[in-house]
Amino acid sequence: MNTAPQLIGSSGDSLREAFGKALTELADDFPNAVVLDADVAGGTGAHHFRTHHPDRFYQFGIAEQNMMAAAGGMAATGLIPVVTTFAIFTLRALEQARLSVAYANRNVKIVASHPGLDVGPDGASAQCLEDLAAFRAIPNMTVISPADQTETEQATRAILKHIGPVYMRTGRSPTPRLFGPDHKFEIGKGQVIQGGTDVTLVACGVQVARALEAAQMLHADGLSARVVNMATIKPLDHDLLQRCAVETGCMVTAEDHNILGGLGGAVAESLVAHTPCPVEFIGVNDRFGQSGEPDELMHHYGLSPSHIAAAAKRAIARK
Amino acid sequence: MTPSPTPPDFQETARLIRCHSIAAIFAATSGHPGGALSAADLLAYLYETEIGPEDARDTDITRNRFVLSKGHACPALYAALALKGQIAPADTVQLRKFASPLQGHPHVGAIRAVETSTGSLGQGFSAALGMALGIRHQGGSGRVYVMLGDGEMQEGEVWEAALCAAHYKLDTLTAILDYNKMQSDDLNANILGLEPLADKWRAFGWHVVEIDGHDFSAIAAAVTKAKTTREKPTLILAHTLKGKGVSFMEGYPTWHGSVTMSLDDSEKSLLDLGVAKADLPGWLDGTIHAAAAGATT
Repeated sequence: MNTAPQLIGSSGDSLREAFGKALTELADDFPNAVVLDADVAGGTGAHHFRTHHPDRFYQFGIAEQNMMAAAGGMAATGLIPVVTTFAIFTLRALEQARLSVAYANRNVKIVASHPGLDVGPDGASAQCLEDLAAFRAIPNMTVISPADQTETEQATRAILKHIGPVYMRTGRSPTPRLFGPDHKFEIGKGQVIQGGTDVTLVACGVQVARALEAAQMLHADGLSARVVNMATIKPLDHDLLQRCAVETGCMVTAEDHNILGGLGGAVAESLVAHTPCPVEFIGVNDRFGQSGEPDELMHHYGLSPSHIAAAAKRAIARK
Repeated sequence: MTPSPTPPDFQETARLIRCHSIAAIFAATSGHPGGALSAADLLAYLYETEIGPEDARDTDITRNRFVLSKGHACPALYAALALKGQIAPADTVQLRKFASPLQGHPHVGAIRAVETSTGSLGQGFSAALGMALGIRHQGGSGRVYVMLGDGEMQEGEVWEAALCAAHYKLDTLTAILDYNKMQSDDLNANILGLEPLADKWRAFGWHVVEIDGHDFSAIAAAVTKAKTTREKPTLILAHTLKGKGVSFMEGYPTWHGSVTMSLDDSEKSLLDLGVAKADLPGWLDGTIHAAAAGATT
């Protein structure tokens, strides 16, 4: 009467699941792609690929530094290694990603699940709030954080097609599907997913859905918020930001990440250089997280839709 | 390996690698002479036998590859590449200079014959392992050689990679340890003891061959054993002498670090290495070098 235990935290609606399934479906289109895992395939979505393509799946064990640098070597033989692990453990291999992947300019795709407070119950040790900042600071590295399942599927194809090092965040927890099949993800391009004139909410990853909710709250208060899905943090879509700065006059950034160095930092750098305007930053305020459900945590740390809406009002007031 | 009409003169190749290394470090006013000199014989053998003149950026899976994981010994690597015609020999004195491809640690983006960027210990080993896995994944015949330093053995990543290579029975991967027993500040034994090192590698599932790293027949026999061993990666544990070939450096860890070599030190070194007194200025300013001396083709 034994039944297999359900995989802890597995979810059909999460970005990691969307990634794992998309990767599996893309296997034939990218015959040189191989998947590297550090004993967390059940959590990253890579288990789907392992099931269908065991001969293209490399288990490295709980040894991320070796996995990351080895990926650089595999790429040097013409393969497209897809390095999969939890976001926090990419930091453990950050210097390998810097030297053996980015400096050597290898065609390696680092795809990390479990970023941010979205990790939930595992607590602060696993809640990676620093990855966007860290990877963004590495030359040659493209940094992507898709917003929903559709965009994750499209981004998975796009990064395999793109030649060069990529860091992509997925997500652990169930996430609402925001986009239909007509959505078009393009590396380096942000998208206005809701029109508005009073303020621009620039979000990435799981915070895009919360930014959309915030826009509804603002609408109820008679304010018109534009929402930009900035799925590529690097290279950043400077043109779109400038246009939004000019047209709406202020911004709010929203990310499941430390407010230092991630999307907010990138947006601020861009605006200051081109079209300065008031900006409010929604993210974790340079603190560590704790255990809890994502929505509880988002509320506690100030990342919920109501916090985004309040920040928008502050930004508008500063115009 | 294509049979050559005349057998390579390993001694002479190694001597020239050492001369170039000294001249380069003198010209650069900084660099790591000790570990370059201890590795010279091993490099001379590999570049005369196993490693061809291919473009390292070529993803070809039939060619052999060499990775210098102890990247700080790159003056010796650059010298070997110069002797193989992959770097202009006159350029070896451009080591560590602004806008020179001869970076302070090897960079794949700067020199076509450098297989990957190294300089952070442990990473070259993992990258070499990845190359061997990638070659095997695609059914290629190429072998991968990687040279590590003994101080490098203190990096945890080395042992991650050692586990991994044994797990995958990666018999096309050969690691060569330049075991000169010294690291930046002191003897390994005083910094963080490594022994019993051969036992550790055997326990990690490796085929270990222990040799005198300055004995060419022993090096040749070890490489042959590595190539004929199945189902296990091989570690050639090569006992070497830090600063080998330069009397006042041999065995002194002070010559490990990035040091400035005075004119006097450099001249003494080159004299020890058999350079004629009249040729000293030419070696040190780069106008005399191996190819010009007709020592190699």
